[in-house]
Amino acid sequence: MKRRLRPGLAAIIMLSCLLGNRALEADPVLHVLVQLPMLGLCGVLLSPRCEWRWAQGGFAPLLAALFGIAFWMLPRSIDGAVSFPLMTLAKFLSVPLIGALLAIGWRQAHALLRGFLKAQAVSMAGFMAFLFTHSPVRLCNNYLIDDQWRLGFGFLFLAIGLAMAWTIPLLFNARPRALPLTRTKSMTPVQSGTST
Amino acid sequence: MQALLASLLVVAAGGGLLWQATDGGQALTAESARRLAVQRAPQPVSPFALETMSGASATIPDARGKVALVEFIYTTCPTLCQSAGADMFRLGNRVRKAGLADRVTLMSVSFDPEFDTVERMESYGERHDADDALWTIARPRPEVLPQILSDFGVIAIPDRMGGYTHNVAVHVVTADGKLAAIHDTGDFEGIIAAARKAVR
Repeated sequence: MKRRLRPGLAAIIMLSCLLGNRALEADPVLHVLVQLPMLGLCGVLLSPRCEWRWAQGGFAPLLAALFGIAFWMLPRSIDGAVSFPLMTLAKFLSVPLIGALLAIGWRQAHALLRGFLKAQAVSMAGFMAFLFTHSPVRLCNNYLIDDQWRLGFGFLFLAIGLAMAWTIPLLFNARPRALPLTRTKSMTPVQSGTST
Repeated sequence: MQALLASLLVVAAGGGLLWQATDGGQALTAESARRLAVQRAPQPVSPFALETMSGASATIPDARGKVALVEFIYTTCPTLCQSAGADMFRLGNRVRKAGLADRVTLMSVSFDPEFDTVERMESYGERHDADDALWTIARPRPEVLPQILSDFGVIAIPDRMGGYTHNVAVHVVTADGKLAAIHDTGDFEGIIAAARKAVR
């Protein structure tokens, strides 16, 4: 995608999240699994392409993003975003920032770190799925127990989807490497010896 | 070096944020947060008037200087309020047994006052053996309801079947109008202990 289109796209997404806030907040599945990722995407689209010294290796920005995500995974924060205007404001400001930090960190992260984070994301979604489908009590005062179960299944599908999206390409792309060079080299003298 | 320093700073700040956001790891939900908040520091609630199941008037905080044990219900509730009603009956017995009957009053307050008329409250009270002396069913005026619910931290949402889903609990209100404790309706020991503390 052309880079100069990004701010416009981010503005459109942000505006639709703002205008549709009432409707999106009314349903926890839309709130947590649609609105929050969309706001994060705004941040990704707007993230500057700089390589700061403090962000080297991606550790600091990724850690900051993880703490932010942990905060918004608390049922109390989600409940608060529905109940208190100040928390709604905090959501609209902080979640795009989390998205931006995630993008900045991801670009500089080593492949191993990326793999680790992917595994973490799948297991976290799985944990949230278990929590919301098995909790005997309502975790949000603003949502019905049925909605909580639906959110749990949403997280389950997310976990399965992410796991498939990240593993299936490996089945097709990863070609076995050619034989190690050292072994083919050691074969040659023997072969030349027998031929003489 | 800079990256390491920044990471350590982020961990410290992030840890602090999560610590704050969960009251030191104790409250992950809004419900446990409101219970913890009043337990740490009793919070004032605006006084309001009520009409009881016998048509008499009452107030919270109690004008006679009693500690009020308040729960919020609606009389047509098919599930939770019925079991909460049974819990309130048992709580009344516990209060009598603890010798607190003359210093404590039990109140089931309707958050659907337009629908819950005196007759409906009376029939709910009869179903659960509310004696209208120690324990009564009452409704506020509809216009003060939002303030009451916000003071007590009660959220009632339509359940798509014509009723409501709401957080159910017993709220201990002292005679000077402070919300001092919130407990599950079946946590009799906790409620009695809080009531004892409040009558002192």
